[in-house]
Amino acid sequence: MGRIVRPSRRDLWRFGAALGLAACDTRKPRQGVLGASERWNQSVQSLLFSRDLEARAGEATPEMFFPNYHVARDTPIAPPGWKLSIGGRVARPQQLSLDDLVRLPRVEYAIEHHCVEGWSATATWTGVRVSELARLAGAGDVDFVEFKSFDHDADRDRDYWSSWDGESAMHPQTMIAYAMNGHPLGPEHGAPARLYGAVKLGYKQVKYLTEVNFVDRETGGYWEELGYEWYAGT
Amino acid sequence: VIGVRRANRPQPLVIRITHWVNVPVLTVMAMSGLQILAAYPYFGPQGQPYTFVPGWLEGWSTPEWLRAGHWLAGARHLHFALAWLVVANALLYLFYLGLSGEWRRRLFWPPRDTRPAFHQFLYYLRVRKQAPPATFYNSLQRSAYTAALALGVIEVLSGLAIYKPVQLHRLAWVMGGYDGARLVHFLALLALAGFVITHVAMAVLHPKSLGEMVTGGQRHG
Repeated sequence: MGRIVRPSRRDLWRFGAALGLAACDTRKPRQGVLGASERWNQSVQSLLFSRDLEARAGEATPEMFFPNYHVARDTPIAPPGWKLSIGGRVARPQQLSLDDLVRLPRVEYAIEHHCVEGWSATATWTGVRVSELARLAGAGDVDFVEFKSFDHDADRDRDYWSSWDGESAMHPQTMIAYAMNGHPLGPEHGAPARLYGAVKLGYKQVKYLTEVNFVDRETGGYWEELGYEWYAGT
Repeated sequence: VIGVRRANRPQPLVIRITHWVNVPVLTVMAMSGLQILAAYPYFGPQGQPYTFVPGWLEGWSTPEWLRAGHWLAGARHLHFALAWLVVANALLYLFYLGLSGEWRRRLFWPPRDTRPAFHQFLYYLRVRKQAPPATFYNSLQRSAYTAALALGVIEVLSGLAIYKPVQLHRLAWVMGGYDGARLVHFLALLALAGFVITHVAMAVLHPKSLGEMVTGGQRHG
């Protein structure tokens, strides 16, 4: 014996509202409707991206006011014998010491930092272009680049990391920086070497680097896994 | 030739739809904006804060009920998704305004409206006994609605400058740089909030106009 339960109009409204809310769950913003809108915004941002546009920066921020952060409880210190590994889909994988990096062609740019929180700060960074490393390692056409670090979040048991689209990684101002404002990078700003560039938000600028991997698909990152945008272009 | 028929209701359908779409959409835009601001409620670059910004405008811990999106990432996604709806709705409204000729009786036209708007203001202050003659909207209303539209344009442009300060660097420059654009974006929000409070108060005082924005009003012509 069955009774046909016909949903009332009110039930349908409730169902629709619940579906809408689930699709717009701001606790999981990279899924559902919000995820679709992120992918749309990402394609608009890559359309706006200009390969040759070099960002200009204004006045330098007094260094004591330049914020620094890491996900480890204490300031991460480089392991002895630190080397930067250049790998992934490359013809000539590399293991570069800090001295090796310093001997490579260097660039220097004053760059305005844009943090996702809303603040800005300006410093001058010296380093090796990521495009130079791609050439050195024989990466060919670069689709995506992953940056990994020894900054370890014990609570989440994750090392900090991020990944960039190839165009932004090959931008002339995107570099592996080993000096800030003309002096060697300090441990609070990512020593021995960190990623720095003008075309991405701050959380994409991985500090305390261990690996640069040229890869063929979009991966993720520490904050991206938690729900922040992956492209995060400026 | 575009055949434009004179609207035969005080509030044509397109204007009513775009008006009411704005209510939830702009509310959530403002609330998610306040959630984003809560991550860093200060103005000016690090170490060089804007000294001309009064202290009470900074360091806000916006009450929870005025925010949307739960946290910074959620609010950003909400803000950047709804922004498209805001712009699409505004474009529909502006195109309609232009093509229908409705702009003539709705927008502020300085040679026509400046003096009567001032007189209307004095009338509200009880300084003048008689309101200046008005058809449909009075000149002060026109100035308020036109200012709200201008604030909307400023919000969109300053928002784009904050979102893409490098790729849209010329726009950011016009706004006083990235940090200038943040301040403009926030001040325009405060001004819009002031408009909305006045607008709602006036609608409550004049229920007929509120009704017309729902039903369209009595047909004529």
